[in-house]
Amino acid sequence: MLTKRIIACLDVHAGRVVKGVQFVDLVDAGDPATQAARHAREGADEIVLLDITATHEGRRTLLDTVQRTARELFVPFCVGGGIRSAHDAEQVFEAGADKVSINSAALADPSLISAIGASFGAQAVVVAIDARRDPNAADPVRDAQVYVQGGRRPIGRTVVEWAREAEQRGAGEILLTSMDSDGTRAGFDCELTAAVSEAVGIPVIASGGAGTVAHFADVFARGKADAALAASIFHFGVSTSRSLKEELARAGVPVRLPC
Amino acid sequence: MRVTVIDYKAGNLTSVLKTLKHLGAETVVTDGDLSLVESAERIVLPGVGHFAATERLDATGLTGAIRSAIARGIPFLGICVGMQWLYSGSTEAPEQLGLGHFPESCTRFAENTEKVPHVGWNSLEVRPGSKLLAGVEPGEFVYFTHSYKGPVTNDTAAITQYIEPFAAAVERANVMGVQFHPEKSGDTGLKILRNFLAWQAEVA
Repeated sequence: MLTKRIIACLDVHAGRVVKGVQFVDLVDAGDPATQAARHAREGADEIVLLDITATHEGRRTLLDTVQRTARELFVPFCVGGGIRSAHDAEQVFEAGADKVSINSAALADPSLISAIGASFGAQAVVVAIDARRDPNAADPVRDAQVYVQGGRRPIGRTVVEWAREAEQRGAGEILLTSMDSDGTRAGFDCELTAAVSEAVGIPVIASGGAGTVAHFADVFARGKADAALAASIFHFGVSTSRSLKEELARAGVPVRLPC
Repeated sequence: MRVTVIDYKAGNLTSVLKTLKHLGAETVVTDGDLSLVESAERIVLPGVGHFAATERLDATGLTGAIRSAIARGIPFLGICVGMQWLYSGSTEAPEQLGLGHFPESCTRFAENTEKVPHVGWNSLEVRPGSKLLAGVEPGEFVYFTHSYKGPVTNDTAAITQYIEPFAAAVERANVMGVQFHPEKSGDTGLKILRNFLAWQAEVA
């Protein structure tokens, strides 16, 4: 049986893992390669590394980090942040990533999705969408808006429509982050996740708001997510993927166990 | 132990090469140098992406060289599209022929309520006698990402269920294929690749 994936997310800044609430107040949380290996050992089904403050000068640092992290990692490994061209993506793949996550660059030039997919396969292209509900809309969920610049600026497109376009252009997966929930540990936005998951035929990874095991069970059931991403719940010894998955299994969620 | 890895410009080889090296193999990559296939001790054909990309194997003469190597008994492992290429073809690119080592064709998952592609960790039901999958316990998980798959036949070494039962692995003597990605399947995947690297013909 196909299992629900638990994806450990490492937000990286200048070669270090960091964690903040809603992208501010960053706290150092360790070395990416060490953290990634630990998550894999502790049962994570996949590792995502997001360079959250990607700059031109930081590219070499990121590629070094990706290479070091990939060396001893034998689970799927996705890298995002600052990938603006097919050439950027190629460098990240050559450093050892299996997938790239693209966000604002895909919005600026949607043909980037098919350009990367043509060389590396659709499975290698994850389109990340930062979303906020639109409280002024008749349907705040269906009309949730796509945001850029770390959730600060709406781009004027609905999340559902952009997810559909990304799929048509050859995206392999959607990584959906609720900016309303991110960092709150108050639960995923299940309604928004379900709206996107039902609108596309490709897997949707839910992100933002994980705080308890029940939140994960909820986003797999109500949110119809195929995978869920978490950063804060795993850091500072709060929990491990394995213990999370053992509890999910008891709640009837199909997960990869033993792992 | 030297492994010749075939590069047909479909996806990146980094993960496969890294994992084979981790397991102690020396790797050489060829995208058309047939002598590297003729002298190969073992051959791995990776591949993600579209079945049409295998056209490059024909254009470079690699298809014929691989066919000869297989006939000489060289152990061969196809991964993902590399496994699908062992069949006659795929409905993904009907005009492109596969190797035809296995006579059937690959087909797309039937449309139903489940998502296609099949992405994620799914379990293996290993058939008795598989050397490639020796030591893989019932229900061990491996990582898949694909929309097309081979049918269950007498050559199937492991079955996985998604929408319908399909061939997660195929094996006949020295010719082996896996639909999943052993290089991305944790300890189970490493065990399977170790089995491939240790594969020896039965001595009569």
